[in-house]
Amino acid sequence: MELFDPAELPELLKLYYRRLFPYAQYYRWLNYGGVTKNYFQHREFSFTLKDDIYIRYQSFNNQSDLEKEMQKMNPYKIDIGAVYSHRPSQHNTVKLGAFQAQEKELVFDIDMTDYDDVRRCCSSADICSKCWTLMTMAMRIIDRALKEDFGFKHRLWVYSGRRGVHCWVCDESVRKLSSAVRSGIVEYLSLIKGGHDVKKKVHLNEKVHPFVRKSINIIKKYFEEYALVDQDILENKENWDKILALVPETVHDELQKGFQRFHSSPQRWEYLRKVASAPQNTKNDKCGPWLEWEIMLQYCFPRLDINVSKGVNHLLKSPFSVHPKTGRISVPIDFQKVDQFDPFVVPTISAICRELDVVSTTEKEKEENETDSRHRVRDYKRTSLAPYVKVFEQFLENLDKSRKGALLKKSDLQKDF
Amino acid sequence: MQFSGRTRKKLRLAGDQRNACYPHSLQFYLQPPTENISLTEFESLAFDRVKLLKAIENLGVSYVKGTEQYQSKLEAEIRKLKFSYRENLEDEYEPRRRDHISHFILRLAYCQSEDLRRWFIQQEMDLLRFRFSILPKDKVQSFLKDTHLHFEAISDEEKTLREQDIMASSPSLSGVRWESESVYKVPFADALDLFRGRKVYLEDGFAYVPLKDIVAIILNEFRATLSKALALTARSLPAVQSDERLQPLLSHLSHSYTGQDYSTQKSTGKISLDQIDSLSTKSFPPCMRQLHKALRENHHLRHGGRMQYGLFLKGIGLTLEQALQFWKQEFIKGKMDPDKFDKGYSYNIRHSFGKEGKRTDYTPFSCMKIILTNPPSQGDFHGCPFRHSDAELLKQKMQTYKIPASGISQILDLVKGNHYQVACQKYFEMTHNVDDCGFSLNHPNQFFFESQRILTGGKDIKKEASHPETPQHKPSTQKTKDATSALASLDSSLEMDLEGLEDYFSK
Repeated sequence: MELFDPAELPELLKLYYRRLFPYAQYYRWLNYGGVTKNYFQHREFSFTLKDDIYIRYQSFNNQSDLEKEMQKMNPYKIDIGAVYSHRPSQHNTVKLGAFQAQEKELVFDIDMTDYDDVRRCCSSADICSKCWTLMTMAMRIIDRALKEDFGFKHRLWVYSGRRGVHCWVCDESVRKLSSAVRSGIVEYLSLIKGGHDVKKKVHLNEKVHPFVRKSINIIKKYFEEYALVDQDILENKENWDKILALVPETVHDELQKGFQRFHSSPQRWEYLRKVASAPQNTKNDKCGPWLEWEIMLQYCFPRLDINVSKGVNHLLKSPFSVHPKTGRISVPIDFQKVDQFDPFVVPTISAICRELDVVSTTEKEKEENETDSRHRVRDYKRTSLAPYVKVFEQFLENLDKSRKGALLKKSDLQKDF
Repeated sequence: MQFSGRTRKKLRLAGDQRNACYPHSLQFYLQPPTENISLTEFESLAFDRVKLLKAIENLGVSYVKGTEQYQSKLEAEIRKLKFSYRENLEDEYEPRRRDHISHFILRLAYCQSEDLRRWFIQQEMDLLRFRFSILPKDKVQSFLKDTHLHFEAISDEEKTLREQDIMASSPSLSGVRWESESVYKVPFADALDLFRGRKVYLEDGFAYVPLKDIVAIILNEFRATLSKALALTARSLPAVQSDERLQPLLSHLSHSYTGQDYSTQKSTGKISLDQIDSLSTKSFPPCMRQLHKALRENHHLRHGGRMQYGLFLKGIGLTLEQALQFWKQEFIKGKMDPDKFDKGYSYNIRHSFGKEGKRTDYTPFSCMKIILTNPPSQGDFHGCPFRHSDAELLKQKMQTYKIPASGISQILDLVKGNHYQVACQKYFEMTHNVDDCGFSLNHPNQFFFESQRILTGGKDIKKEASHPETPQHKPSTQKTKDATSALASLDSSLEMDLEGLEDYFSK
């Protein structure tokens, strides 16, 4: 993949916003069929410009207006906020207190940095193919719950461009949820409790909730390869002591001896499982009945940022925004192929702009005969961005179907009167 | 849903009619009171209810809600203050009447800001929860009907299909005869207090709620109804505030038991940045001490820590200029570019001093807020160390603070009993070498001021506490009239409230 040079960003962004950004699909999404009057017009966008100049309360009349403004301002980053009671761009003229955030997609932000205490391969802003599995597990666990437990139909997963993923839940009923319910949903989806001063962060009750059991089943599919092989969490004393910190002291000696005898994490883990489930240890509450699961969850379970999800007025980086540090596009993820999603294969803005140049050269003659609009519509299709836009289009199509279904129901009801 | 037109009721009703007004000890407070009462009774009822709600708050922090100890202590408080608490007792009319009237009076006092509304709603919900928990089973259905909550049980077939999942999800179903248990299918958003803690089974957007857990649904409805009513009351408040004798009383009510907020006034500018390191070991409570230490070591704090510590420093007297200097110096030591600090962080500091955005002058967090909201997660140092630490790590921390072993033992016992604020008082006593600290701790800034009072012999820094006495009024026709005006305004605002409710329930 093409190397990204931040110094080139201004020029590349101009090209990106002029020829590659999927405005039609983007507008189609945020307009939600135009069912609610002024829904798009009351949406807040925020732009981060060169030199970290941050401009809030941008709003636009339509797709064309949006397009012009983005090409004019050339933002380094785009954030999407709430749908307000008034046009955000006029928020200063509205009577104090009347300008209010009213609706917003339910969003989730999962960031690799929050796992630094349980991944050994990287830290801070770095990621690799080993720890990316944490994101895969997180997406699978959260998506299953949103779909099956909460009944949410329209979930858009997006790569953040660097070290995490975002999820946008776009069902109409979800966009109207209150802050309290949003908080409750995040709480339901959270198991890791406690900060710096708490070592054991997962405690399961005697009864295991179906959400937890189903999450464990997902983690089991990945645990051996991710935790025991790739992360090698029981590699040596330094590392297995971290796991012993999660285990009652009464079995430490036994485990220490066993760990010294074996030579690999898988063998040591198998030994730990036996010790944890041995009758003399589960009696007298030496080991809780779910000790093994508690360790697996602490190492692999999703860690959500509750403050991103609970507020209606919280801004989140937009899909198709370019990450200014990596140059990668924040692309939608095809959930059907989530196991194959590779963040390092996601195109950088450098790459797709160069692809455009290559395509332009070879098809120079054809271009002369095409109109500008057709020209623009096709451009992203000629680059590595195309498959990701297709994922987005599939998502939009499902949204349209739901809306039409709802309209049919409405007209049916109306006919009854 | 229908509301009959208001009919003026006589002051006292005969026999059965009195009981018919208040069929249950727990009320949803759907209709405002219509009596005329004296100003004296107005004040008396209001103060008694504030005491009750404060007792509910304190018990909720000291004991696990729903335990035998919590229940018996709460019952004792309710009885002492002469409010209604149990079904099927004689002479229940008067306690229930007091309950009804005092609730509506406090709406006037506690609708005036978001924090007050939140506090009021929380305590009223806990009161309702208690009363529902002692409601006889045969009365549940009748109560549900009276409050217009219509839940329908699922069929036996549906129940059987999901038996394992429902059983695994609902703690209340342990040891229960499954066959006789009703289960209600409710939209998940209406079961917020159940699903948030994973205490109910969710499937395709619905919660499957056993009858035993239906209280959580009721509480959710009650919260929504009361929240809406308070918002409407707030809009009608100007009419009440125009009465010069009522507004001071209402203001006093909302402050008298929620305690001091330690907003910055007299103490501003009396602290220098040079003093903070030594003050942190001598006069900071552990929650602020650990934040200060983390800031010095890491040259950074995450949002929760910046809020908790920043507002505390503001409360002890740091000026805006000092705060900007303090945080910037420290963050720059962490290799942060000065421009980045100016762009990303200084706005938030100015905002917390009321200089930007909504220009709200934020007040430092109380112990209650720190203990009960926004628990710390990985990478955070905020929260309450007594509440948010493992016992072993707390012990180590206390050893680092040179607390003697016997003191540490007492502190750990208190923490085990969930007495976090008392544990902190014990820490205060140990670190200041006093046998009894002489105050009931509820705020980190209070800890600081009490500490400085001891260390400096009462000079300079002590914040003057004001405890205005309850105004004494003699009963008179005119004052009775004033109280009637207040209630008339209340009626007026609540007529809007009823319209709102009508719309609400018809959706």
